[in-house]
Amino acid sequence: MALQAIAFYILAAATLGSALLVISARNPVHSVLFLITAFFSAAGLFVLLGAEFLAMILVVVYVGAVAVLFLFVVMMLDVDFAQLRAGFTRYLPVGGVVALILVVEMAAISVGVANRGAAAGAVPLSPGSVTNAEAIGRVLYTDYVYFFQAAGLILLVAMIGAIVLTLRHRTYVRRQSVADQTARTPATGMRLVEIKSGEGIPE
Amino acid sequence: MTVGLAHYLTVAAILFTIGVLGIFINRKNVIVILMSIELILLAVNINLVAFSVYLHQVTGQIYAMFVLTVAAAEAAVGLAIIVTYFRNRGDIAVDGANVMKG
Repeated sequence: MALQAIAFYILAAATLGSALLVISARNPVHSVLFLITAFFSAAGLFVLLGAEFLAMILVVVYVGAVAVLFLFVVMMLDVDFAQLRAGFTRYLPVGGVVALILVVEMAAISVGVANRGAAAGAVPLSPGSVTNAEAIGRVLYTDYVYFFQAAGLILLVAMIGAIVLTLRHRTYVRRQSVADQTARTPATGMRLVEIKSGEGIPE
Repeated sequence: MTVGLAHYLTVAAILFTIGVLGIFINRKNVIVILMSIELILLAVNINLVAFSVYLHQVTGQIYAMFVLTVAAAEAAVGLAIIVTYFRNRGDIAVDGANVMKG
């Protein structure tokens, strides 16, 4: 139990520390790298809770796809990021006060909910005969199968949307026209010219 | 000192607040704003999974999976919009994005 507590505090500190560095790092590339650290540590918290499947999904989807996408975009855009930080210290005092109020309120509610209310004295789900992935699968593919399909549709729409937004047809680029090439016959592709001696080919 | 539900909820609350603070203080840098939104959604996921485990209901984890899906889609479309915006204007300072103001 003590070992679990130590792991929790290490993972929580890593998550929150790297989250703070995400929003305060000077270089956006560092921000993305700290975002990866935050997600990885949060995946550790999920494992500690017993939600291994979601932890692995978090690592695969976020670290493998979303964070790499962020990294691509940050490195692709040639932006003066120092100039974008102009209002940083100006908004810090007000933002800090608002954040302090928010965190005190939410922490108070969290402790209140955990000690009284619905989850009072609840013990964590102990790993039984059914693994976490199997438990999720049993519910996801029966009760929530339509929502599952809808999630797939959302991803499809997002994919098409991202392609449509970033696709650019440049008119000055000469492209290969496969239809024209295959429709070409000897009759259209070749011209016989009589060349008179000493005159060359007329245009 | 056993770790209970309150501990996870507090971590999620602090993470949520860090995300909100990130939106406040990085008013111009839209990429960091998107990352802050990801942090907020991660906090939501921690809450869902913690309650799911402590209430013995796997439904919370299903919901967390859908939140993850929507977050991935949102990141993809958001970054595509940033790329298009950068192509048209040459920078990504969002406080200059009032061209379409009526």
